[in-house]
Amino acid sequence: MELYELSIHEALEGLRSRQFSSVKLTQAVLERIAQIEPKTQAYLCVAQEQALSSAEEADRRRAAGADATLLGIPLAIKDIICTEGIPTTCGSRILQGFVPPYDATVIRKLRQAGAVILGKTNTDEFAMGSSTENSGYFTSHNPWDLERVPGGSSGGSAAAVCANECLGALGSDTGGSIRQPASLCGIAGLKPTYGRVSRYGVVAYASSLDQVGTLGKDVRDNALLLQVIAGHDPEDSTSADKAVPDYQASLLPDLKGITLGVPHEFFGEGIQTEVEQSIRQALDVMRSLGACIIEVSLPHTRYSLPVYYLISTAEASANLARYDGIRYGATDEQAREIWEAYRRTREEGFGAEVKRRIMLGTYALSAGYYDAYYLKAQKARTLIKQDYDRAFQECQALITPTTPTPAFRIGEKVNDPLAMYMEDICTLSLNLSGNCGISIPCGFVNGLPVGLQILGNAFDEVTILHVAHAYEQATAWHLQKPAL
Amino acid sequence: MPYEAVIGMEVHAQLITESKMFCHCSSAYASAPPNSHTCPVCLGMPGMLPLANRRAVEATVMMGLALHCAIPLFSKFDRKNYMYPDLPKGYQISQYDMPFARNGSITVPLEQGIKTIRIRRVHLEEDTAKLTHQGGYTLIDFNRSGVPLIEIVTESDIRTAEEAWRYLVALRSILRYLGIGSGNMEEGAMRCEVNISLRPVGREELGTKVEVKNMNSFRAVRQAIAYEIERQTRLLEQGERVEQVTMGWDEANHRTVFQRSKEGAEDYRYFPEPDLPPIIWTEADIDAIRARLPELPDAKLKRLIEQYALKADDAYLLADERATADYFEVAAQACAGVVEAQTVANWLLSELLRLMRESGQELSANPVTAGCLAELLKIVSRGEINATVAKEVLAEMVSSGKSAPEIIQTRGLKQISDADQLRQMVEQVIAANGQAAQQYRDGKDQALRFLIGQVMRQTRGQANVSIVESLLRELLAR
Repeated sequence: MELYELSIHEALEGLRSRQFSSVKLTQAVLERIAQIEPKTQAYLCVAQEQALSSAEEADRRRAAGADATLLGIPLAIKDIICTEGIPTTCGSRILQGFVPPYDATVIRKLRQAGAVILGKTNTDEFAMGSSTENSGYFTSHNPWDLERVPGGSSGGSAAAVCANECLGALGSDTGGSIRQPASLCGIAGLKPTYGRVSRYGVVAYASSLDQVGTLGKDVRDNALLLQVIAGHDPEDSTSADKAVPDYQASLLPDLKGITLGVPHEFFGEGIQTEVEQSIRQALDVMRSLGACIIEVSLPHTRYSLPVYYLISTAEASANLARYDGIRYGATDEQAREIWEAYRRTREEGFGAEVKRRIMLGTYALSAGYYDAYYLKAQKARTLIKQDYDRAFQECQALITPTTPTPAFRIGEKVNDPLAMYMEDICTLSLNLSGNCGISIPCGFVNGLPVGLQILGNAFDEVTILHVAHAYEQATAWHLQKPAL
Repeated sequence: MPYEAVIGMEVHAQLITESKMFCHCSSAYASAPPNSHTCPVCLGMPGMLPLANRRAVEATVMMGLALHCAIPLFSKFDRKNYMYPDLPKGYQISQYDMPFARNGSITVPLEQGIKTIRIRRVHLEEDTAKLTHQGGYTLIDFNRSGVPLIEIVTESDIRTAEEAWRYLVALRSILRYLGIGSGNMEEGAMRCEVNISLRPVGREELGTKVEVKNMNSFRAVRQAIAYEIERQTRLLEQGERVEQVTMGWDEANHRTVFQRSKEGAEDYRYFPEPDLPPIIWTEADIDAIRARLPELPDAKLKRLIEQYALKADDAYLLADERATADYFEVAAQACAGVVEAQTVANWLLSELLRLMRESGQELSANPVTAGCLAELLKIVSRGEINATVAKEVLAEMVSSGKSAPEIIQTRGLKQISDADQLRQMVEQVIAANGQAAQQYRDGKDQALRFLIGQVMRQTRGQANVSIVESLLRELLAR
């Protein structure tokens, strides 16, 4: 077995028992990146020198008798998260050349825990998309089928984890941007509860929906990563001042005493039959592990898509107003006066989908439309949240498909934004309610992974990690790797 | 046809806080080099989040309470979207429909009595960067970006330029009493926009509103309103229409000039700021803030008149600044039973404050403490020096920092009240001014003034005037 094939917890064992050093491990992963990257194009930027010097530092710390949760573990970071000294572009031309003078809180925590940052992974521009096709630079490829998308927007992170180009990764999830690519790449991806993880230094797409999360080769790795990045941050007023439980301790082998709800709204029309079959089979496994399975209803789920696209675009229209080319990022040098400079910078710097969402959001907030669109959407959002609250009175977690279909072909939905938006139909409502969710592999259809989504109550990551881990350990889907 | 002006005002006042509204930068940027008080948050860098400044929020509630406003237990910040080079995020964090304070009032003294002006709302927002236009370029200084700013909006209750001016003075006075703002218009720490429309006296319906901006002194506000009322009156009398526009005050030419048309008003697309949770108070929170309020100018004014029997005009001048009123009270209490409070007020307002203006000193920082002034006035009341000498002594106290007794001692200024000593001088003066003495005896009373003046001159002003006068009368009557 090659070092780059290890999971985080396996690598930690090796590092702790001095079987190999972090430098050795990091070099192995960097070589893997060099070899595989032409196929996957998962990374926007590989910070080789910084990574190796972090690995050396980790080795020195370990030699001095120190240990830490992720000491010496090489990780990939979605390019939406600011990294001091490493370019952060958000997959956008408008931030080309931007090197943040600060770390996001999650990066600071990773560094403190000893992690080695390998580089920045591709994303749809400003996290707006489901395939990385909206990246301002290039499209990443699904390691299971290079003709297909890895999903998005955290597609680069998912592809990198899947192709063993890192041991684990951070992503961000605004409407499914961690869970959907995890599903399409056959890995485990967790979106924590809104407020569980700091957003400080995470470039905003839709502030009330964005949440940083983890992508890993198995559930235990997600638990390890979450342990490090979770917790209250005084620099983020929306981060919750709640104690962080021991996530490793939650990884129990059976599901005795657990009640799982199956919301019928997530099945049926639009969901590929084979996908639904995989989920039904997974439910049987969970039942055999001791879980009680019940039917539940989230009646307002059908409003998720319009509500999401009103609220997220409204917030985005304000969040993206700061990119004017004056203080950082790309600037149009041809302009003769300020308004022309703004126009040209934004015209050239933003891609089509970003412009579409800025316009949609601007419209939704405009005088005369605000009540009918934005305000109405906020009311519907409350109803969607109440659906979840009611469901969690009956059960501890919900089981649904993560995506309606496995990975689609590159270019297949590029000219049909609505078809692309449908890709997130199973994941959107969770961001509106703020709850937590995880996607893990539960089968294959025509050689492509199928994702199972486990949704949990607010700040109850413990339960979804438990359910996911028990199922994962009873199956072998997560051990299957693409031939690259 | 006589017209009446209907005026509403929006005042922006910077709050004095240690740090800026939404970041850790120092907000004391006045003399700092450009862009030295900045950080990724107030520069609007990617991924940065605002943190609300608790002191600024509490100061806004204090202002609301001082203006007798209702403080809603639920309020929130909103984003006001517009693009301009002085606004690094492309939106300003402000408050839209749920401000910290609403429905209050303020009283202002006018010749015809006290007038109440209703306050519509007080809200909190962040200041913008400062633009300097220089030879075809515009320079941006982000030091001011994110400094806490409160906006105070009146109902359209103001009718004249005088009322507007009195309102601003009263507002500034409250800001200073609360210690939350300087209210200094010249430095841009307080800015104001005025909406003015005219209507025929007696009519309810409002005329077309004109907004006036760019006034950077209290005087300019008064002049601009007066000018604008005159301009609109002229238009209406000539049968012309008042356009709904924004005018700017042209300080150099003393007139308002057209800035831009109000048609197609900007849509700010307000929506709740998702990065900041709403602010939810309990009644106990509000009571705790209320308990921190000092005595406010209107209450102080009333008390000064009642407790010290002061003239209303003097009490108004004293109450304008908390430091002045405090100074007065300490001095008046030190003089209690010896010198009348009104006398203390006279000395403070007409002498000491004049000396402060001339020397450019602050009352609170000058060497003459309230106790020092009281000591001087008590010396005067004991007849040891007269008022004329006392004025000189006070001036020297201010410039040298020495005490009154010390100055009187070293300069030998003590009043001569010894009748024997004075009798000698008076006799000499009568002898030397035989003509004047004769005139007095012939019934010309002014001649006595002349003779008193001669005695005072000989004693360098130190003679006790009333003793001199009675001695002169006595000796001339012989």
